[in-house]
Amino acid sequence: MYTVSNRLRMGAIILMIVGLVGITYGFLSAPSSIEEAKAMVASHDEGHGEDHGKSDLHTTDGHSANTDKKEGHAMSSSDHDAHVYHQLSNKPWSALYVAAFFFFMIALGVLAFYAIQRAAQAGWSPLLFRVMEGITAYLVPGGIIIFVILVLSVLHMNHLFVWMDPEVVAHDALLQGKKGFLNPTFFLIRAAIFLGGWIAYREYSRKLSLAQDNADDNSNFKLNFRISAGFLVFYLISESMMSWDWIMSVDPHWFSTLFGWYIFASMFVSGITVIAMVTIYLKSKGLLSDVNDSHIHDLAKFMFGISVFWTYLWFSQFMLIWYANIPEEVTYYVTRIQDYNLPFFGMIVMNFLFPVLLLMNSDYKRLNWFVVMAGVVILAGHYMDIYNAIMPATVGDQWSIGIPEISAVLFFAGLFIFWVFRAIAAAPLQPKRNPFIEESKHFHY
Amino acid sequence: MASHYEAPIRKPLVIGDKGYHDVTVDIAAPVEGRANKHWWIVFTIALAAFLWGVGCIIYTVSTGIGTWGLNKTVNWAWDITNFVWWVGIGHAGTLISAVLLLFRQKWRMAINRSAEAMTIFSVIQAGLFPIIHMGRPWLAYWVLPIPNQFGSLWVNFNSPLLWDVFAISTYLSVSLVFWWTGLLPDFAMLRDRAVLPFQKKIYGLLSFGWSGRAKDWQRFEEVSLVLAGLATPLVLSVHTIVSFDFATSVIPGWHTTIFPPYFVAGAIFSGFAMVNTLLIIMRKVCSLEDYITVQHIELMNIVIMLTGSIVGCAYITELFMAWYSGVEYEQYAFLNRATGPYWWAYWAMMSCNVFSPQFMWSKKLRTSIMFSFAISIVVNIGMWFERFVIIVTSLHRDYLPSSWTMFSPTFVDIGIFIGTIGFFFVLFLLYARTFPVIAQAEVKSILKSSGSKYKKLRDSGQPLYQVSTAAPKIIDLTNGNRKNSTLDASEADEANVVSEPKLELEKEAMSLLATIGKFDAETDSADDLKLVKGIGPKMEVTLNQIGIYTFAQVSRMTSKEYDLLDSITGAFPGRAQRDDWAGQAMKLNNSKN
Repeated sequence: MYTVSNRLRMGAIILMIVGLVGITYGFLSAPSSIEEAKAMVASHDEGHGEDHGKSDLHTTDGHSANTDKKEGHAMSSSDHDAHVYHQLSNKPWSALYVAAFFFFMIALGVLAFYAIQRAAQAGWSPLLFRVMEGITAYLVPGGIIIFVILVLSVLHMNHLFVWMDPEVVAHDALLQGKKGFLNPTFFLIRAAIFLGGWIAYREYSRKLSLAQDNADDNSNFKLNFRISAGFLVFYLISESMMSWDWIMSVDPHWFSTLFGWYIFASMFVSGITVIAMVTIYLKSKGLLSDVNDSHIHDLAKFMFGISVFWTYLWFSQFMLIWYANIPEEVTYYVTRIQDYNLPFFGMIVMNFLFPVLLLMNSDYKRLNWFVVMAGVVILAGHYMDIYNAIMPATVGDQWSIGIPEISAVLFFAGLFIFWVFRAIAAAPLQPKRNPFIEESKHFHY
Repeated sequence: MASHYEAPIRKPLVIGDKGYHDVTVDIAAPVEGRANKHWWIVFTIALAAFLWGVGCIIYTVSTGIGTWGLNKTVNWAWDITNFVWWVGIGHAGTLISAVLLLFRQKWRMAINRSAEAMTIFSVIQAGLFPIIHMGRPWLAYWVLPIPNQFGSLWVNFNSPLLWDVFAISTYLSVSLVFWWTGLLPDFAMLRDRAVLPFQKKIYGLLSFGWSGRAKDWQRFEEVSLVLAGLATPLVLSVHTIVSFDFATSVIPGWHTTIFPPYFVAGAIFSGFAMVNTLLIIMRKVCSLEDYITVQHIELMNIVIMLTGSIVGCAYITELFMAWYSGVEYEQYAFLNRATGPYWWAYWAMMSCNVFSPQFMWSKKLRTSIMFSFAISIVVNIGMWFERFVIIVTSLHRDYLPSSWTMFSPTFVDIGIFIGTIGFFFVLFLLYARTFPVIAQAEVKSILKSSGSKYKKLRDSGQPLYQVSTAAPKIIDLTNGNRKNSTLDASEADEANVVSEPKLELEKEAMSLLATIGKFDAETDSADDLKLVKGIGPKMEVTLNQIGIYTFAQVSRMTSKEYDLLDSITGAFPGRAQRDDWAGQAMKLNNSKN
């Protein structure tokens, strides 16, 4: 049995408190009026020594923020000021939402990995099941927080989802056409169904997994196999729709059929990375003694492989849209390349170049500290991926990575660590009667 | 992998009472035996179809592409449909050999050889279509970036069609190298068993002088892993680039970002269906049911179900996004697919690809051989229709209603398609008679962990090396196939390697009887040795003269005894070993009791 050390618990709580303070600061320092926003942008521009006209051009060219839904981009200066005000007041919300989703998607990615291991009857991984179950425990708090943020969006507490604003929809023929899908009620019902389905599978599978420890036969194990196979079908559909709802619809005019699978690759690789990191942490505490370097090697291979797979999907989506150059579609990338140049291309370096170079060598995949280092880069890269997906639509060119963004990450990191390790400590670390446990112990690459 | 341990709940991958030598004999049998009538009938039909296709190709090339049913609206139809269909089928081979190797799926070992052969043969079919479509196939080298003085203009690197040239030729080369690498130890096995010098020579050349030394094996393992690593991105890249042929355009129904992964999933889907079609027949015809078991078919059905569901998810995503996009051309393209004049093609695709694999959720259905075979055919048809729907249905309603039209294939279109099917089967049937159709060296590597014989021994707590059922004195599992330089070598009894000095006939006969046991006319009764294949009436008399009368005696023969026998009789050297008299006699003896 594992018990959470006081240092870890205190560390997690401190992270949460610091994060909370920073998040509060972010909300308090957001402009409360157009005038304030104007002043903020002016002082910001002076600091950079840029003339205002240039940044004006940026916004209109990039067609960046969805608060601007009028045809023709000739904005009057008062329109522009209102626009900047909306972007700046969205900023703390967006920071909160990106971080909330990022940590939630780690748990969701692990859930897929776990279900696949179960359905595929993999022999190498059962020793890691308790780690995975611990991480998926975060689905409950993480899911509730996301749901609350979505409800607050529906209640117009923020403007993350511009299509929720009836004013905007009234002037937008395209959004009127999407009303059957993009309407607040249906949106929340869908979110409830997705979260309910994921959490229900997680809790039931965990129950069966624990029951198997003290069973006399394999019936729990077999049932777990069956529900996992069935769950994957639900997951395949719900995950795609979730990504349209929660991420793609912040740019409600833009669409891409690949989007759901692309987000899945991000979730999957982040999840696997966290499994490896938590496992290595527990091993460093002298636990999980049967987990050997071959298990870490396999996880690192997945980190490598899925990073390449993510890049493949990223490239497919980007290349096809860039090549066809259809205005409605290509605007998505134009915004990102113009206003988010560094985070956009930096993310590809972190998510592709780093993992490929760091994890290519098979000896390095067995060095625990090296896997952790690569994992940190991968996680940072996928945070940036979600950041790049949300921010251009909600804050436009007013982005920065400052106190609100970092604090939100700290808060959710603290909550994640607190909750996940509590769940890991709740049950024995090694499944006892899993029929494949011997295979997993003998696993040797 | 290094561990031979396997969880008891895993089902055996090699069933029947198979030792190492049995694997050799069973897999060499189709190559060493003669073709039966069925083979000749099927081969004749395939050859006829192939020749018909050749005729149609000659007609096309000599007359022009006008012999096809293409028109100015539908200017791409069966040619590209067939091309994509064949490339897609090829994918399962690489997936099985590379991706499943990386995932350490032991069950791949029974099917990878034939799946890879299928890959190569189907990519050959696919490659024909662009070449024919060029109209002047003798200028095919113009697609390569070669200097202008060779007659071509510099190629257009912006075109996905050119990317296809590189993608597919790389794919074909890597698949070929991968396939052949795996074949080396197996060709060596055939070489070492070959009786005729000509066959020995040919298989010796094909095996590149494989010696079976540890160094050979070490390099073999290394190169397999490297090739698997190279081939895995290739599996994704080839169909991705094929999908770019469509998705980079701005034609409604073609330009959609999900195409790359969805084409790959569809390709694996159709490839596994074709593997199932071929192997369900082959395991029966070549009596390989112990190696390609129902479990193998079940697992392939699960892959078909999985990839079918992914493809289904992509269909639904496309439909939804067409509506969600608000682009009326996209919306019309999909509405037209489902309800327009080609509605039947769309619904054929939907029912074959999305609905039919869902039957595989039922354990009963996915373990039924007949049902699996039927579904595999259905999926192949469905995947052909998928390409037809994407290509023809998207083209036949363009932006100008006055040019809206339909496509009807001519006999040449149909003839070339049938011809490629014929060509494919001609190649596959020839392969099945001359190549080891199962990677025997790899199957042997999992025999101790996953063979039913060894699993049973392990379960009953017996040591794995005491398994001779026939003669307690002879421990050698392999029945002493000492010439076999493959995995058998490690198992071979050391005494067998020492060559026999020439002795007098009588003394030889005595020593022969000493190991296989004497015949006692009072307690034993003589068996009809002619029942053993390879023993004729004359040989029976000779054997009786030596003192061999019973199946039990024959069954105890090892290569040492075979050699002794050969030196006594001087007739048909190596025959006894090749026909595996001992194995046959053991079966006959068991059925007698």
